Amino acid sequence: MNSNGDAVFSCRDLRVFVGDKAIVKGVDLEVRAGEKHALMGPNGSGKSTLANALMGHPSYRVEGEIRLGGERIDHLPPHERARRGMFLGFQYPVAVPGVSVANFLRAAVSARRGADVPVREFRQQMQAAFAELQVPKDFVSRYLNDGFSGGEKKRLEILQMLMLAPTFALLDETDSGLDIDALKVVAEGVNKAAGPATGVLMVTHYQRILNYMKPDRVHVFMGGRIVRAGGPELAHELEARGYDWIAREVGLEPAAAAAEGSRT
Amino acid sequence: MNTGTQQRLEDINQNYAERYGFHDPEDYFLKAPKGIDHELVEMISRKKNEPQWMSDLRHQALDIFRAKPMPTWGDTAMLGEIDFDNIHYYIKPKGEQTSDWNEVPEQIKKTFDRLGIPEAERKFLAGVTAQYESEVVYHSIRADLEKLGVLFMDMDSGLREHPEIVRKYFGTVIPTRDNKFSALNTAAWSGGSFIYVPKGVKVEVPLQAYFRINAENMGQFERTLIIADEGSSVHYIEGCTAPTYSSDSLHSAVVELIAMKGARIRYTTIQNWSTNVFNLVTKRAHAHQDAVVEWVDGNLGSKLTMKYPAIVLKGERAHGEVLSIAFAGHGQHQDAGAKMIHAAPNTTSRIVSKSISKDDGRSSYRGMVKITKGAHGCKTSVECDALLIGEHARSDTYPTMDVAESDVSVEHEARVSKVGEEQLFYLQCRGLDPDKARLMIVNGFIEPFVKELPMEYAVELNRLIELEMEGSVG
Repeated sequence: MNSNGDAVFSCRDLRVFVGDKAIVKGVDLEVRAGEKHALMGPNGSGKSTLANALMGHPSYRVEGEIRLGGERIDHLPPHERARRGMFLGFQYPVAVPGVSVANFLRAAVSARRGADVPVREFRQQMQAAFAELQVPKDFVSRYLNDGFSGGEKKRLEILQMLMLAPTFALLDETDSGLDIDALKVVAEGVNKAAGPATGVLMVTHYQRILNYMKPDRVHVFMGGRIVRAGGPELAHELEARGYDWIAREVGLEPAAAAAEGSRT
Repeated sequence: MNTGTQQRLEDINQNYAERYGFHDPEDYFLKAPKGIDHELVEMISRKKNEPQWMSDLRHQALDIFRAKPMPTWGDTAMLGEIDFDNIHYYIKPKGEQTSDWNEVPEQIKKTFDRLGIPEAERKFLAGVTAQYESEVVYHSIRADLEKLGVLFMDMDSGLREHPEIVRKYFGTVIPTRDNKFSALNTAAWSGGSFIYVPKGVKVEVPLQAYFRINAENMGQFERTLIIADEGSSVHYIEGCTAPTYSSDSLHSAVVELIAMKGARIRYTTIQNWSTNVFNLVTKRAHAHQDAVVEWVDGNLGSKLTMKYPAIVLKGERAHGEVLSIAFAGHGQHQDAGAKMIHAAPNTTSRIVSKSISKDDGRSSYRGMVKITKGAHGCKTSVECDALLIGEHARSDTYPTMDVAESDVSVEHEARVSKVGEEQLFYLQCRGLDPDKARLMIVNGFIEPFVKELPMEYAVELNRLIELEMEGSVG
C-alpha cells in the first residue's frame, strides 16, 4: 500500500433513491490517495446505481454526504464534480455521433484544466496516452464511441482517465466484456492512474481484473449496503465461493441481495 | 469540424441582432410603393430596359400569380399571415453596379464589410455578386475564368448581354405557372445570378452570391440561372441575411440549374434570414446524361421556409443529391425537403435531410422520389434524421414515393431522436457544462452536412448553430 494518508474521496451514510424506493441504503466509504479499492457485488445489487449517483446522475435523489478531497460535492452537478477531479468510467460508454474523439478529448481536458489547452500541447499529450495504451491512431478521427467494439470503448475510457488525471477514479464494470488482453490493458491503465495523488474505486462483478490491479481493499456490496470489507483475499474467496454464502451470513436472501437494483 | 473550428466557436458570442439584424438608414434611388400591379411590373421592366418578350412574360406571370390560390398544404396558418399588399416589390439602392468595392456607396459597403463578404472574396472565392434589396451592387469574377469564357453576372446583365442564352433557358426548368410563388417571382424578378460555364471548363474555386435585405417589408425576388455545358463543373454558394423587424418581409427566389451531359453543379445555400422573413423558394435542376447535381441546403433563419430543391434526372446515369439541414428555433417553421425525379434509366440519387427543432420550433421534411415508367435500374436512398431539443419542439416527415418500375432499389430511413439524457450525462462527466454538451451533440448531429461545406462556411455554420443554441433548455 502506498497511501499517503489523505482521503481523496469519502461518502457517509449515503442513500440513493429512485422515486421513493431506496436502492442504496447507507454506505460509508473512504478512499485515500494512492489506494485502489474494489467494490464487488452480484448482478442487480445496485452497484451501478451507486456509481452513477456518486457522479451526480440526474435520475437519482441522494441523501448523505459525498466529499472529494475534503470538499462536499453532493450538491454539485456532474460537470463540476468532473472538473474537481472525479472521474466515472462507464460500463456502457455512450456514443456521440459526429463528434471526433480528438475534439471531445480536447474539450474534456480543457474543462478539467479550467483553460483551453494549446493545440500542440494537447496533441503531444494525446499521442503519449495513445501510445501508452496501444490505442490505434485512427481513433483520433473516429466519432466518439460510435461503432466501437466493447473492448475499444473500454480502452477509450481508460485513455480518458489517464488524460484527465483525476484525483478519484470510479470505474463502473470497466472490466466487463473484455478479452484477456484488453483486460490487462485496462488493469495497467488503472495501475498507472492510481498514482500517489489518485485513488481508484473499481466496481466489478468479477474477481478476474483484480488479479492484475491488486486492490488494497475489497468491499462487498449487497442489498444496498456494504456488508463485508477486507483485504485482497476477500476477492479470492468470492471467486471461489460465489456471493450466496455472504448473503446468508448477513441474513439476506440470495435473491433479495440482487433484486433491488434497477441499474446494473 | 476540426479543433481549430472548435476554438473559434468558443471565442465568439454575439447574437443575430448585433451581427446580422442591424439595418442601414434608407437612402434609395427608387423605392416602389407597397403592393404589386401591372403598372409596377411595367415600371420594373422599363427601368431595366428589357426586351419585349420579358416584359410580356412578367405581365402574364402577374395574372397567373393572382389567379393561383395559396398552397393548401404546408403551414397554411403561417402562409395566411402574408400580406401581399404590405410589401415593397422593388427597391433600387443608389449607385451603379461596380466591380470595385470602393465605388459601392459607403453605407452599403460597410454593411457587406460587416458581413465579411470582401474578406471572403479575397480569401477563397473566384467571383462574387452582392445584392442589396432588388439590385446587385457589386460584382466580380477572376480574370482567368473570364478568359476561359465563364460568364458570371447578375441576371439583369445576363439578359442584356446574353439575351439568346437567357431566352433559350429562362423558365424552362421552372415554368411560370409551376406554383404561385414562381409566378410572383417571374412577374417581379430582379437581380440573382446568371452563370454559364463553357464545355469542359472546370471552375475549381466557388462562386458566391450574397443577398441582403435592408428595408422593412421588403420583397426580394432574385432569379438565378446556371448552365453548366458538357463536361464542365461549377460550385456556387449563396448566403443571405436581413435586419430584424417586427413586421414581415418576403423572399421568393426562383433558381434553375441545367447540367448538360457529363457536367457537375454543386449549389450550396446558407440561409440565415431574420425571423420576420417568409422564405418561399423554388429550386430545380435538370441533370442530363452522366451529369451530377448536388443541392447542399442549410436553413437556419426565416420565419417560415418552404423549399424543396428538386432534380430531374433526365439523362441516363445522371446522379442527384440533396443534402439539407434545417434549424427551427422559437417561432420558426422550416418546411424543407427534396424532390427527385428519375426520368431516365440507371439514374441514381441520395437525399439526406437533417433537422433540429428547439423550443417551439417546427421542422418538416417533405420529400418526393419518383421513378417514371421506363426508368430501369435506378437507385435511390432517402435518409431523414430529426433531433428534438426540449418538450415543445416538433418534427414531421411527409415522404412520398412513386415508383413505376420494379428493377430499382429504393431505400428510406427516418429517425427522430432527442438530445439524450445519457449523452448529456456522459459529456458532463467529462467536465462539459450542459450548454457545451448540448452544443457538442448538435454539432455532431450536423457534422455530415458541415463536412460538405468549404472550411470557412463550416466555421460560420457551427458558429451560427452555437448562437441558436445559446441558453437553450433541454
